[in-house]
Amino acid sequence: MNPNLEEIWVYLSTSPLLGLTLTLLAYQAAFWIYKRVGFHPIANPVLISVAILASLLLATGTPYQRYFDGAQFVHFLLGPATVALAIPLHAQWPRLKSMAGPLLIALVAGSLTAALSAWGIGALLGGSRESLMSLAPKSVTTPIAMGVAERIGGLPSLTAVLVISAGIIGAVAGRSVLNRLHIGDHAVRGFAIGIASHGIGTARAFQVSEQAGAFAALAMGLNGLITAVSLPWIMPWVERLFAS
Amino acid sequence: MIAALTLLLVFQLVGEVIARALALPIPGPVIGMALLFLALLVRGGPGEDLRQTSGQLLQHLSLLFVPAGTGIVIYGDRIAAEWLPLVVALFLSTFLALAVTALVLQALTHKRPKPTTEAGK
Repeated sequence: MNPNLEEIWVYLSTSPLLGLTLTLLAYQAAFWIYKRVGFHPIANPVLISVAILASLLLATGTPYQRYFDGAQFVHFLLGPATVALAIPLHAQWPRLKSMAGPLLIALVAGSLTAALSAWGIGALLGGSRESLMSLAPKSVTTPIAMGVAERIGGLPSLTAVLVISAGIIGAVAGRSVLNRLHIGDHAVRGFAIGIASHGIGTARAFQVSEQAGAFAALAMGLNGLITAVSLPWIMPWVERLFAS
Repeated sequence: MIAALTLLLVFQLVGEVIARALALPIPGPVIGMALLFLALLVRGGPGEDLRQTSGQLLQHLSLLFVPAGTGIVIYGDRIAAEWLPLVVALFLSTFLALAVTALVLQALTHKRPKPTTEAGK
């Protein structure tokens, strides 16, 4: 290689600039496609961006950690963005308050379904115990899911990947599932997608309407809360029940 | 925009400190969200700067999941070994959670009008 080019490559491969810029470029490309197809959920921008970046990392043999050194600046913004969810929640507060009882019942039903069906289906198909315990918290936001997985005997790192996958599945297929069930109310649609698909579902819901987004944000927060508190004592009990 | 970003970070910081101080299983940003929500209830709503900044941040919330999602490259082998239970459980369970939540909430909030004969009970 030309010594100049080599020097440039050494600089780029060790500086966070490349990972960060590639993340934003991949997202710009993904969002351009998403827009071109009229925001059809199948062209989910997270899915396309991850596909582009994962292919690049695998093709160039770049370790994930080196990529993440740059991409972490984007990852970090998840924190303030989570705090910012308070603003749409506040805007929808009158409607949320009027539905408090039904929301709580739907929350418990949805949260239990998300965890127990993931565990049960995985168990029926012969998943290992570690995988099953990593699957159980897959519908809640990544930091909570990783903490829960650790306590119940799953693998936190595997859980993170499963959580993102559940998010993408809900964001991509949620619309057709909910249409098939004839659910028209944006509040109900948003709440369901927030329960099943946490932040990625919430991101999709915000692209549909502010009301759907606010209900998704609420569902994501509440589901995280009750899952964090309940799964660590429900899962050992479930395991004992089906042990024989 | 900088003032609003500072405010969001301050709430996140307070949330992180509370989560660690009380050893709560809930992440700091979620506690920060709850605290900011309470502050908005007390104050009566966000200022224009905070509304705009949070709107811009949330409009591209998808972008923020991309770095963590790309982590899938590390777990390729593990997923290849157990792909059937993992993939089927992920799809079916996500659909079930969506359907159960939506149907329960729909049934509880969109009641059919009751026949008049039952109205008196």
